[in-house]
Amino acid sequence: MQSKAELWQAGNGGQDMADGETPVLEARGITKIFGQHRALDGVDFAVRPGEVHALLGENGAGKSTLIKILTGAYQPDGGEIVLEGAPIRFTDPLNAQGAGIGTVYQEVNLLPNRSVAENLFLGRQPTRFGLVQRKAIVTEATALMAAYGLDIDVRAELGSFSVAVQQIVAIARAVELSGKVLVLDEPTASLDRNEVEKLFEVVAKLKARGLGIIFITHFLDQVFALADRVTILRNGQLIGTRDLRELTATEVVRMMLGKDLAYGHSTLPVAEAAKGPVKVTFTGLGRAGRVAPFTLSLHEGEVVGVAGLLGSGRTEMARLMFGVDTADEGEIMVSGKPLKIRNPAQAVMAGFGFCPEDRKLDGIFGELSVRENIIIALQAKLGWFRALHRDEQDEIAGRYADDLDIRAASHDMPVKLLSGGNQQKVILARWLANDPTFLILDEPTRGIDVGAHAEIVRTINRLREEGLALLVISSELDEVVAYSNRVVVMRDRQMVAELHGADITPAVIVAAIADNTGSAEARI
Amino acid sequence: MNRALRPLLATTAIFLLAYIAAVLQYPSMLSTRVLGNFLTDNAFLGIAAVGMTFVILSGGIDLSVGAVIGFSTVLIATLIMWAGLHPLLAFAITLVISAAFGAVMGAAIHYLKVPSFIVTLAGMFLARGGASVLSPDSIGIKHDLYTNISRSYILLPGGGRLTVIAMIMLAVFVLGIILAHRTRFGSYVYALGGNETSAALMGVPVARTTILVYTLSSTLAGIAGIVFSLYTSAGYSLSALGVELDAIAAVVIGGTLLTGGYGFVAGTFIGVMLQGLVQTYIVFDGTLSSWWTKIVIGGLLFLFILLQRLVFSASSPRKKAFRKS
Ligand SMILES: Nc1ncnc2c1ncn2[C@@H]1O[C@H](COP(=O)(O)OP(=O)(O)OP(=O)(O)O)[C@@H](O)[C@H]1O
Ligand SMILES: [Mg+2]
Repeated sequence: MQSKAELWQAGNGGQDMADGETPVLEARGITKIFGQHRALDGVDFAVRPGEVHALLGENGAGKSTLIKILTGAYQPDGGEIVLEGAPIRFTDPLNAQGAGIGTVYQEVNLLPNRSVAENLFLGRQPTRFGLVQRKAIVTEATALMAAYGLDIDVRAELGSFSVAVQQIVAIARAVELSGKVLVLDEPTASLDRNEVEKLFEVVAKLKARGLGIIFITHFLDQVFALADRVTILRNGQLIGTRDLRELTATEVVRMMLGKDLAYGHSTLPVAEAAKGPVKVTFTGLGRAGRVAPFTLSLHEGEVVGVAGLLGSGRTEMARLMFGVDTADEGEIMVSGKPLKIRNPAQAVMAGFGFCPEDRKLDGIFGELSVRENIIIALQAKLGWFRALHRDEQDEIAGRYADDLDIRAASHDMPVKLLSGGNQQKVILARWLANDPTFLILDEPTRGIDVGAHAEIVRTINRLREEGLALLVISSELDEVVAYSNRVVVMRDRQMVAELHGADITPAVIVAAIADNTGSAEARI
Repeated sequence: MNRALRPLLATTAIFLLAYIAAVLQYPSMLSTRVLGNFLTDNAFLGIAAVGMTFVILSGGIDLSVGAVIGFSTVLIATLIMWAGLHPLLAFAITLVISAAFGAVMGAAIHYLKVPSFIVTLAGMFLARGGASVLSPDSIGIKHDLYTNISRSYILLPGGGRLTVIAMIMLAVFVLGIILAHRTRFGSYVYALGGNETSAALMGVPVARTTILVYTLSSTLAGIAGIVFSLYTSAGYSLSALGVELDAIAAVVIGGTLLTGGYGFVAGTFIGVMLQGLVQTYIVFDGTLSSWWTKIVIGGLLFLFILLQRLVFSASSPRKKAFRKS
C-alpha cells in the first residue's frame, strides 16, 4: 500500500490545475428535506481537480448536510451527484470511499474504543490468507503519525488521546483514502497553529497532485490562505460560487449573513473598566501531573482571559476549578468564604458555570430537546422538587435561543439534529440560563460562525458589565484582547504570566506563550 | 496498558485464586480428570458463549441461544430417529437452518431498527415453540456414530479425558479468537460496538456485519445443540433452558463490556471455566444445593459489572492521555 506520508517529505511536483474544466465531483440541484425543514434547496456545487474549494455559511446553513449527501451518508431528496462527468449514486460512505473520496466529518467520527492504527486502517487492513497483518499496520501507522509530527503509541486506544490528536488521526485517515477528492468539514476546530500549518502543507501537496479539496471552516483567514474558490450557502440556498481572488473578507461575510457584520466590541478599553469586589479566589490549586499549583482571583465584573497552546493545561485548570477533576492541593474562597469543591454539583451550588471545550463529549444530551438541554442545569440547581413549569421552560429556552440566535426548527427538536455550531450555542445558553456568578468558558467560539462569533463576544462583554466574574479560555487572541481585563498565560501545565493593561495585545500574548518553547509537542 | 485488559486480568486472577482455594480444600480437584470434565460438561455453553461474545461486542444481545440449542437437539433427534437420516446429514441440516434463523434475526435488527433483545426474544419463543411442535417429549438417540464419538477421547497424563466435544469447544474458541482479533470482520464487530454512526461513516458495512454476527451466534448455537445431543444422546425441546443467560454471564465475567466495543473471546473461555469451577466445587462439597452455582455466578456478575464501571467510566479518556506524558 502506498502511503501518502511521503507527501510531507516530497516536494511539490505537480502543476497548478485550478483552472481545469471538468469538475471531479459535482452536486446538481441537490435538495434535502428533514421533516418540514428544507436543509438544502436545489444546491449546485462543483469541485474541480487541483482546487481547494471552500464551502461557507452560517451555522445551520446546510454545509455538513451537503457533504453527507456528496459522500453517501445521506440520500438526497432531489438532484444528482456527478463524479468525473458521470452521474453516480453513493448508497453509503463505503461506496464513496471506494470511489476515492476521503472525508473528515464535522463530528470526529472515529472509534474511541480501537487503537489509533486500527482507526487509520479500518476497512483496508492488509491481510494475508484473510488474516490482518497487525505488525505491518502498526509500522505503517507509526510512520504515518510521525509524518504528521506525532510520536505516539499507535496501539493505544484512540479515546485515550486528546481531541486534537484524534482530529489529526481522522485527517490522516481521510487523506489516505482520498484518491480524487478530500473533504474536510471543520477540520481545524481543535487544532493549534502548528498543526493547522501542517494540515495546510498536506492540502497544498494534494492539490498539486490534482485532487479536488472541499474545505469547510468558520475561520475566514484560513479560507483566504488556502482556498481558490468559495461557495456560499445561506438557509439551504445557494448564494453563489466565486473566485476568491475577486473577493474581500467583507464581501464573503456579507454573502454569508446577508448583511454586514456588526462588531460589538465595547469601545472603552476593557482593562480599565470598573470592577467589583473579589468573587472567587483559587490559592495554590493544583493536581499532580495535570496542572502545577496556581493562584488566581477573579473580581465581579471582570473577565480573565486564558491563553496558551492546546495542551498547555488551560482546560485542566478549568476542570479543577469546576471540580470535574479534584484538586489534590489548594483552597477555594467564594465571596470571602472558604469552600470545598470536589465535584461539579458543588460547583453549580456555589454559583459556578462551566461551558466545556469538547461539547460533543462533555456537554450535549443528544436525545433531549433544545429546551431540555437549556434548562437542565438550572433545573438541577433548583432541585427536582421545584420543577420548572413548562411555560417557564419555554420562556427561558426562547429567550436564550433568541439571544444567541440558535437556529432550530423547533425547541422540541432533539439537539443531536441541530447543526454543529447550533449545538454549541445550546450549551452556552444552558450555562447562561443557570444565572451563574462565576462562569468558565472554554473556547466559546469554536465552530461558531462569524455572525455568532461577534454575538458571543458581545455577550461576554454584557455579562461582565452585569457583574459576572468570567474566565474565558480562547485561542482567538483578537477576541481575548477584546474582552479581557487581565490575561493569564499557561505553558507546560503552569501559569507562567499574567498580563495587565497595555500589555494585553496579541503580540505580547504570543510572546508569552511562545517564550522558549513554541513547540506543538506540549500536548501529547 | 490497554484498559480493556484489566477486567480480563481480574477474571483470570479470580479464577486462579478460586481454583487454588478449591484445591487446598479438596486436593483431588487438581487433576486432569477434573479439568477434562470441566471442558466436557461446559462444551455446549462455551460454544454458545463464543457466539454471544461477538453479539455483545457488536453492541447487541442474543436471547435466542438456549432455545436454538434446544431446537437443534430435537431436530437432530427427529431427523435421525424418525426420518432415518445419517447424523452427519442431520447436523448439516441443523446448521443450515440455525444459520438462516440467525441471518433473519440480524436482518430484522438492522433493517427494521428493532432492538436486538426484542428480535431475539421473539426468536427464542419461535425456536422453543418450534421444538415442542416437533416433539414435546424427549427422544433418545441411538446410532453408531453417537456411541463411537462418546467412546473416543484423548487420554491426558493423569488419567483425564479430552473428549471429542471438549475438542470441538476448544477449536471453536481458537477460531473465535482468530476471527475477532485477526480479521476485518472482527474489527468491524468492534467498530459497531464502539459507535455505530462512526462505523457507518468510516465505511464499515453495517448491514452485512450485523447480519453476520447474528448468523454466527445462531450457527454456534446450532453447533452447541449438536454437542448437547452428543453429550446427552437425546433431543428434548426443553433442554438448555436459560443457557443464553449463562452465556451472557460468561461473556461479562470474561471481561467483555455489556454495552459493546471492548472485550476478548479468550476472556469468555475463562468466564465459562469459572462457572464450571463453581459447579464442580459444589459437586465435591456434596452438601450445597446446586442453586449455589447461580448465587455465586450472580455475585460474580455483579462484581464484574461494578469493576467495568470503574475501569470504563471513572477513568475518562483524557485523564489517561496525560498520564502517558
Ligand atoms: N438528521 C437531521 N434531522 C433533522 N434536521 C437535521 C438533520 N441534520 C441536519 N438537520 C438540520 O439541517 C440544517 C442544516 O444543518 P447542517 O448540519 O448541514 O448545518 P451546517 O451548515 O453544517 O452548520 P454548522 O456550521 O453549525 O456545522 C440545520 O437546521 C439542522 O438542524
Ligand atoms: Mg456542519
